[in-house]
Amino acid sequence: MSYSVKVLDHYENPRNVGSFGKEEEGVATGMVGAPACGDVMKLQIKVGKGGVIEDAKFKTYGCGSAIASSSLVTEWVKGKTIDQALDIKNTQIADELALPPVKIHCSILAEDAIKAAVADYKKKHGEPVPA
Amino acid sequence: MFAPVYLDHNASTPPDPAVLEAMLPYLSGRFGNASSRHEYGRAARRAIDEARDQVAAAVGAHASEVVFTSGGSEANNLFIKGAAVCLKPGLLAVSAIEHPCVIKPAEQLCKHGWTLEKLTVDASGRVDIGNFAAIMARKPKIVSVMLANNETGVLQDLESLAEYARMAGAWFHTDAVQAVGKLAVDFRRLNAAGVHALTLSAHKIGGPKGAAALVLDKRVELEPLIAGGGHERGLRSGTENVAAIVGFGVACTLAAERQATLAKPLLEMRRRLEAGLTGLGATLFGQAAERLPNTVYFSFPELDGETLVGYLDRAGYAVASGAACSSANPEPSHVLRAMGVDPGLARGAVRVSLGGGNSGEQVAGFLKTLQATVAGLQRLTAMTA
Repeated sequence: MSYSVKVLDHYENPRNVGSFGKEEEGVATGMVGAPACGDVMKLQIKVGKGGVIEDAKFKTYGCGSAIASSSLVTEWVKGKTIDQALDIKNTQIADELALPPVKIHCSILAEDAIKAAVADYKKKHGEPVPA
Repeated sequence: MFAPVYLDHNASTPPDPAVLEAMLPYLSGRFGNASSRHEYGRAARRAIDEARDQVAAAVGAHASEVVFTSGGSEANNLFIKGAAVCLKPGLLAVSAIEHPCVIKPAEQLCKHGWTLEKLTVDASGRVDIGNFAAIMARKPKIVSVMLANNETGVLQDLESLAEYARMAGAWFHTDAVQAVGKLAVDFRRLNAAGVHALTLSAHKIGGPKGAAALVLDKRVELEPLIAGGGHERGLRSGTENVAAIVGFGVACTLAAERQATLAKPLLEMRRRLEAGLTGLGATLFGQAAERLPNTVYFSFPELDGETLVGYLDRAGYAVASGAACSSANPEPSHVLRAMGVDPGLARGAVRVSLGGGNSGEQVAGFLKTLQATVAGLQRLTAMTA
């Protein structure tokens, strides 16, 4: 299978790889996927005042498309509020990376990772206080 | 073109310059149809006859036993389906680690009254002799077990297996596309032990794609898949792919000549590779079994094979992954599954298959690049770090 230029770019130079320290203020984690058989994505967001995502990091076990999808969403969520981040849809990720049909599940996983990270934040902090 | 170091010879091999040179006239001036009576046709016929001799000589068969086909897949389908049509439906048995072009036609026969048993293998990838004997006792009519596995390189003891198959009265076929050129393959000897048919393919041995052969004991009755003008003793109609068949013949001669001298350097490179991989923490598959001298199949825990292969390609090394991640449920190699390998480990499977053109320096370079690539990927995938 040939990857698109954008997938290759994220695949070769994945952005924001890594993890935040557990004690860091405003950090929430979304871990999605099935470690036993499929792709696993860990997306962490660092949320500041007004519910704005200041930083994001990821780790992904999966194919090139899964790596690219998670790398892309770390870029996209930065600067957005957590509610704006929830508006990111898998179709946008798939379009941006020109994912072939057999790799659409990678973009779905990335969307799920955002939802899981935001849900984790809300569970820990409640709804964000408007600035 | 960016040319990565080629370490995927079980997938295909670079055509030998002598092969290409021999083929070219048949792609230009000697374009005749081998069935034509004029000189153009007779020249093509002579070329096919010579190629048939060359193929037969390389595997210790008689030229009249060689049936040319378009590829290994067609040869395997021809045997399995062609033999089945001539028999009353019953039991057929193929090993669980066969190439899909053996497994799928066997499964197709189940729609036509046949019962399929997949022969199990042990953890090292060898056909489980106890299971094999038990299934042979049920008198299968068709049996197919590959000589060397394309993924692991593990060899099967065909002569022992054929003895059981012979007692069962089964037609016994072996897919030898990965073995020819890498081992001495002698159809006469295998035939004496009870193997009735053998598949070999041109592009796995320095020849072109589009030519292969089923070497067939003439006692086996086959119905052709492609009926028509009666080419290949009526077993495979269709105007012959003369150029590819000529290339196949030359490739067979060269492969047979070189096999003995190539085995030692290949084995030395394989051992160097295996030692390096073990040092890097990889798990090697099929270690307990006798294997092809050129094949290494390994996995790093928690690394995805397809991803690793992708990075290695970008870094200048062409190798293969064992898993095809094409859906939400990536399917690990059926070969490793049959060997009982943990699915997570199987998903990391990567195959390196060496060829005569590779060098020790390339192996050393590959190991160095692999080490860096694995370290980078572990940073990307280790969830707990």
